[in-house]
Amino acid sequence: MPYNFENGFWVLILFPLLGAAVNGLMGKRFPAGMVALIACFMSGLSFLVAFGTFLQFSNLPGESRVLSKHLFTWIESGNFVASFGLLLDPLSMVMILIITGVGFLIHVYSTRYMREHPGFYRYFAYLNLFIFMMSVLALADNYLMMFIGWEGVGLCSYLLIGYYFDRKSAGDAAKKAFIVNRVGDAGFILGVLLIFRTFQSVEFIPVFEQVVRRFPEAEASFGILSAIALLLFVGAIGKSAQIPLYVWLPDAMEGPTPVSALIHAATMVTAGVYLTARSAALYSRTPEVLALVASIGAITALFAALIATVQTDIKRVLAYSTVSQLGYMFIAVGVGAFGAGIFHLFTHAFFKALLFLGAGSVILALHHEQNLFKMGGLRRYLPITSLTMWIGTLAISGIPPFAGFFSKDEILAKAYESPLGSPLLWALGLVAAGLTAFYMFRLMFLTFHGRGHHEKHPPREDSNSVSIPLLFLALFSLIAGWIGLPPYLGINRFEHFLEPSFRYQYQHGASETAHTSELLLASVTILAAVLGIAVSYLLYVRKPGTSGKLASRFPSVYRILERKFYVDEIYDFLVVHPLYRLAVRTLWRTIDVRLIDGTVNGTGSFFQAWGHLLKRIQAGYARIYASWVLWGALLVILYCYFSLA
Amino acid sequence: MDLEYTTLLPEIILSLSGILLMMSAPMVDRERQHSLGYPALLGIGTAFAATVVQWGLSGEGFYGMVFQDSFSQLCKLLFLFSAAAITLSAMSYLEREKLLHGEFFALLSFATVGMCLMASSADLILTFLGLEILSVSTYILVAFREKDPKSTESALKYFILGAFSTAFLLYGIAFIYGATGTTRYTQVADFLSSASFYPLALALGLALIAVGFGFKAAVTPFHVWTPDVYEGAPLPIAMHLAVSSKAAALVALLRIFYQMLPDLSQQWEGMLSISAVLTMAVGNIAALTQTNIKRMLAYSSIAHAGYLLVGFCANNASGVQAMLFYLFAYALMNVGAFTVIQVMARDNERFLSISDFRGTARRHPYLSAALASFLVSLAGIPATAGFMGKLFMFAAAIESQHYTLVVIALLASAVGLYYYLRVIVLMYMWEPSDILEPAPVPLSAKIVIAIMIIGTFYLGIYPKPILDLASEAAIF
Repeated sequence: MPYNFENGFWVLILFPLLGAAVNGLMGKRFPAGMVALIACFMSGLSFLVAFGTFLQFSNLPGESRVLSKHLFTWIESGNFVASFGLLLDPLSMVMILIITGVGFLIHVYSTRYMREHPGFYRYFAYLNLFIFMMSVLALADNYLMMFIGWEGVGLCSYLLIGYYFDRKSAGDAAKKAFIVNRVGDAGFILGVLLIFRTFQSVEFIPVFEQVVRRFPEAEASFGILSAIALLLFVGAIGKSAQIPLYVWLPDAMEGPTPVSALIHAATMVTAGVYLTARSAALYSRTPEVLALVASIGAITALFAALIATVQTDIKRVLAYSTVSQLGYMFIAVGVGAFGAGIFHLFTHAFFKALLFLGAGSVILALHHEQNLFKMGGLRRYLPITSLTMWIGTLAISGIPPFAGFFSKDEILAKAYESPLGSPLLWALGLVAAGLTAFYMFRLMFLTFHGRGHHEKHPPREDSNSVSIPLLFLALFSLIAGWIGLPPYLGINRFEHFLEPSFRYQYQHGASETAHTSELLLASVTILAAVLGIAVSYLLYVRKPGTSGKLASRFPSVYRILERKFYVDEIYDFLVVHPLYRLAVRTLWRTIDVRLIDGTVNGTGSFFQAWGHLLKRIQAGYARIYASWVLWGALLVILYCYFSLA
Repeated sequence: MDLEYTTLLPEIILSLSGILLMMSAPMVDRERQHSLGYPALLGIGTAFAATVVQWGLSGEGFYGMVFQDSFSQLCKLLFLFSAAAITLSAMSYLEREKLLHGEFFALLSFATVGMCLMASSADLILTFLGLEILSVSTYILVAFREKDPKSTESALKYFILGAFSTAFLLYGIAFIYGATGTTRYTQVADFLSSASFYPLALALGLALIAVGFGFKAAVTPFHVWTPDVYEGAPLPIAMHLAVSSKAAALVALLRIFYQMLPDLSQQWEGMLSISAVLTMAVGNIAALTQTNIKRMLAYSSIAHAGYLLVGFCANNASGVQAMLFYLFAYALMNVGAFTVIQVMARDNERFLSISDFRGTARRHPYLSAALASFLVSLAGIPATAGFMGKLFMFAAAIESQHYTLVVIALLASAVGLYYYLRVIVLMYMWEPSDILEPAPVPLSAKIVIAIMIIGTFYLGIYPKPILDLASEAAIF
């Protein structure tokens, strides 16, 4: 009998945990090859189970594609019960395939990329732990367990950003990521508490069923559901790097490049989108919060794309691009098109991981040079990287038939035609789409084309463990979109597959748009992309140097973009410095040193003095001890006598 | 009413095993005496299995002298578990210290029989007998380090003071008999519930019984012997004194007060809560200034007796449940800590000064981590059994509105943090004082430490299994 994945799928979370434990505890003694083998084997095994589960899962009829597995009861206190249970439905299935699949490829890639680094075992232990935590996040059947995964991936992200801990900038970036995320996490946990207070449960299905029963209509004004949705969204903003909490993600590029690909592009940063989609039952009933979600998404998409156009560090361009693409996903969920958001999450995972890994290959070949303007002409030296990155670029720019086109096109169409959407949202998204094409082609032109000076030390492409993951990801960047065809081309299998996960969603009236207008919208999107490409070509290939002239023509605009709208400086001025002053002057020098230390030390010496006194009783003579017993007995007798009399 | 031998099956098995050990010890080579631990473990294991098999059976035996109920059974499981762990640690200890007398294991088995009798006794006379079996065996065991005058001295002290306090207990029993005409728990309780007035002799009986058991449990003001005796006793026996003998005294006292004197609960609650406060204060404060780790743990065990009294004073089912749970947790972390210390002390118990623990993390990363975990658990920090135990116990006390007591207990545990953490700080943040080869770690010690570590964290994260057993055992 073949393995029954329906009951046994949960083992997939055990493998990476095991790998993390083995490598983390004993990896120091293993040779590097063995560490890599263990880590890749465990994540590969995890992917195999996920894939096997998917094959059996997709054979099930639509309505029974919700499997739950109760592992054990974690906390039980009064009417509060939190179980350690897993929920496998189409939504978590998609997530788990991305996590384990892309995760496995990046493990393989890392075996080469991280080869020269000390603490190889530490890296793989963290990476495996990340896969475990992310799987817990995606498979949790309740908010509390999801929060464990949420915090767990945050921890892994912190550890991996600060992986090169001997570099101060890496340590600072890690701290920044952790602290900024803390703001979001506070929102998340408050939201969970409010959910428990309102519904007496934190489990997804019971909560959603109650939502459907108790809130048959959408909330007309700001009510309890909106409060919950807003708090959860604060969490999502933090994790998915949206305005105003996006500042940590660009700095997170201090981590190793494969980590940027896996955690800060393909999986962890999309957790906010996942959370929102998972809570579709709540969000779809709170139009006001949804409007906020969509607006923040649209503004972030545009804002980050603008910044990306002038960055000179190859990884930072991609980082801002990630922020911008996450903004797209929030536009989608913000207009109630949860499926479209997850679809973009899905395609983005491939092409963005591909672009990051490609960038990693470039960085590796150039011995850790990340400045775009010091590259150029690499096409000849790195053919596979160049080819695959071009595929990724076409995908992210939204050129058909590459994956990004289908998901982006659907989001823009939904932004325009959904009852919750508006032409303004669409327009913002459209501009961002044009900018995306522009900055991505800029990156490609500057990296691979033009003239470089590599004759002395010709860079060369490294081993298969680098190129094979690139080729796989390129393949998916090409074809992954075909499972979600727009209505004028065929059927959207992807969203059909996801439907059972959104069955508690409230429908804001159906939107029927003619195919012709959808075709029109799609053409406009493609046009915007082509325009962006054309400008990029003009500026960086046809007349290189024009960009410099433009920058000197409009110095203020250029500087504002280059300094990223001064957001970090503003945060420093408004938040960091006042807090720092408060901490140093008031809390530390006055309250801590004088008040608390004074009290603590005083208490300490008080008890020490008593201790010395008590020591003197202990003279060591049996007769003294006997007399103590006797006096004690006398007291006890007196007590009993008077209390009974 | 009938004889019903099976009600004392574990005790009978263990006694036979002890007698056989005693008889075979002279026939075993001198160098191989420590391996008599294996048959001893077999005997303890069989008794444990017998208790497990009998779990759920209830009734009376030996013409009403003995209770068979889940309370006594759970206590027996605890005592037998601790006895097995102590036996296992003692095997390598005896070999290392060249204390080659197999009688050690026989005596430890007899002491365990005494404790089991104390837990299942239904009559003051049998309780007294159990206590004496325990005490006499322990007096000898304390003196076991024959070459060290300290050991003899502490045994003598323990014997003199123990005999002294036993006299109080016996006198108390006599007073109870005088006041009620019986020594059976249930009959005394029946007499009291129908009595129109309480004779003076009853007050004396209550007081003197409390003194007798308070001495064994090392409760203030009867704790004075503890540090000296622990310091002189062989380490496995210090473990036995701190864990098993204390638990047995508390369990027996619990049975007497809850089952025999529920009508006097107001009196004993008041008395015990005063004693609890004093015990926690003295234990924790005196531990602060100790320089010898055995003495520090002796005071720590006094402090823990105080915490246990808090659960005792709750005087409700959750209090009993919490106490039983805590006794398990306490056994795990104390046996663990003592075993690590025993390994690190090396031959002749040379390195027992707290300053000897400077920088041990370099030499013994695993042992130091284990000791740190046990100390953290003793301090009652979350994710360890010690925290869960305290939590349940204090919650039970709050249920009975003993707010002041719980606040004092919390403050006392805060004081306690200092001396536990100090050892951890020394281990991890100081340079080693001298260059020593790592001490050899015998396999048996490794096994004991591993089991205790797993148990400490398991109960700290998932306390349910033992908690469920304890709730079944909380029959009063």
